[in-house]
Amino acid sequence: MSQPVADNAFSLSDASRARIEALVERYPTKASALMPCIWTIQDELGHVPPAGIDFLVGKLEMTPARVHEVLSFYTMFRTEPQAEYVLQVCHNISCHIMGARPLIAHLEKRLGIRLGETTPDGRFALEGAECLGACGHGPCLQLGRHLYEYLTPEKADDLLESLKRGEIPRADTDRELED
Amino acid sequence: MTPKELQILSARFGRDNGHKLAVYEAEGGYTALRMALSGMQPSEVREVVKDAGLRGRGGAGFPTGVKWGFVPEGADMIYFMVNADESEPGTFKDRYLLDYDPHQTIEGTIISCFAVNARTAFIYIRGEFGWLVDRVQKAVDEAYAAGYLGRNILGSGYDLDMIVHKGAGAYICGEETGLINSIEGRKGQPSIKPPFPAVQGFLDKPTIVNNVESVASVPWILNNGAAAYKAIGTEKSCGTKLFSVSGPVKRPGVYEIPLGLSFREFFHEWLGGMADGEELKAVIVGGSSVPVLPAADIMNCNLDYESLGQAGTMLGSGGMIVIPERSDMVELIQVLMHFYYDESCGQCTPCREGTGWLYRIVKRLRGGEGSAKDLDLIEHVCGGMAGLTICPLADAAVMPMRSFLDKFRPEFEALIREPVPAVSSSRWPRGEQE
Repeated sequence: MSQPVADNAFSLSDASRARIEALVERYPTKASALMPCIWTIQDELGHVPPAGIDFLVGKLEMTPARVHEVLSFYTMFRTEPQAEYVLQVCHNISCHIMGARPLIAHLEKRLGIRLGETTPDGRFALEGAECLGACGHGPCLQLGRHLYEYLTPEKADDLLESLKRGEIPRADTDRELED
Repeated sequence: MTPKELQILSARFGRDNGHKLAVYEAEGGYTALRMALSGMQPSEVREVVKDAGLRGRGGAGFPTGVKWGFVPEGADMIYFMVNADESEPGTFKDRYLLDYDPHQTIEGTIISCFAVNARTAFIYIRGEFGWLVDRVQKAVDEAYAAGYLGRNILGSGYDLDMIVHKGAGAYICGEETGLINSIEGRKGQPSIKPPFPAVQGFLDKPTIVNNVESVASVPWILNNGAAAYKAIGTEKSCGTKLFSVSGPVKRPGVYEIPLGLSFREFFHEWLGGMADGEELKAVIVGGSSVPVLPAADIMNCNLDYESLGQAGTMLGSGGMIVIPERSDMVELIQVLMHFYYDESCGQCTPCREGTGWLYRIVKRLRGGEGSAKDLDLIEHVCGGMAGLTICPLADAAVMPMRSFLDKFRPEFEALIREPVPAVSSSRWPRGEQE
């Protein structure tokens, strides 16, 4: 269980606080706004810290247990600080057939870590993921909102090089964000 | 490729600006909504969709118009949910619909809501599609600004609010009661039916949950009439269906086909056959949860509910996984069993324990530590799972498990006779080397 933390110890931007107020207004019940409120905190902070849980408990008038069970049920919600770049490689059936295993082996070699580990400098984490909905475009990996598809060893290397320089390259899905 | 007159869902696929309201309107978008709101009764809309024979495109294939009819007359508050939690391995069709043509789904949703008298709609998009959530939200904003959503839509007196809701990585939320619980701000664990959601769902109010592709079909059906839709396909499989094709074929991707098309023609003419150097071994035709068919069996099937049912499999979501000859079938089923084990929500013992048992037995077989008894044990565990749980996830694991063992038993037996080191058959298909 989290220790009670004063609200002023919880550094959430005014924009995120305003968004949470708007979500609570918009959803039919306070409880139903829980998932989008968690997303709002996580989008800003990278994870939901103990003070964030206390904040949600107060804002949505629910028990801490309810917030904890939702946070732990959904694999995309995180309660611990994450590596700067979390690379999630799909290892489900279609990507497996198209080369997910050699892709993972290649990334393990380049990063010097095993699947499930984080580099000592805290910059890269390598994770396996279940189907990412890119089955005809595999093998693929996801980095936050970016989905990299049709990967080859060369494309994986290019991606890592860019990230090491602190640049997130354009993903196959990023055209969706343009108008 | 889909003939133009049969492009009911895919007319704007692959086009750069197909997602914009102006393009959609210029090509006849929102005329069906105008027609529905200016003179049709909700019951008339329900009848047209029922007469068209549209069946739920998420996997179960239940007639959409019939489902709508289960909402009790005179209910005071009704909710509508579009299921875009597309997570069935092999399935990536709804992503195309929302990516290239979000307004088609939005228009279909508004008409569907009008048909059941819902006043609040949710579009539940899987969390991994974060970029799609923005895409759809922008389109919803456009629709509000144009007067297609909100209060007094097009002066008809009908009000509808639409919320785009982002999931967070749970396969089980694609099950309709799991989805409802998730939007209520709970773990996405399914509920026992009855009561069915159409009677008692979100916040205990009548709730309709429909797949993206189902609602996206509605505007065309209204514009062209039930008879025109029914004229496509077979007697029991009306209209067109999206198939998302993965695996080493020449042209993987999303295809709209008239139901009833022969697999042979689809495979050779549309997909271009296998990629160079690959041979066809088997096909999972409707998403990872349906039984696998060896190449010789699938070649004699037509792509419709009846023909695939007779062959011992299901049309499902249309997530077609093409398996090449080089694949180790025991390795592939291990990958799938890990998935179901990982995604079981844990509330029903047969599923929570059974999926773990199946994964561990297959893993042990591949590790060279299996025995002949393990093949009987697989069957025994499957028998303790199928049909014995609140939702179909246990069955979704059992169907591929049983069919892989049944159709490719010699590969399992070989591992017992002559244990081999587990070498992965996953490889780069394009010839690149490490």
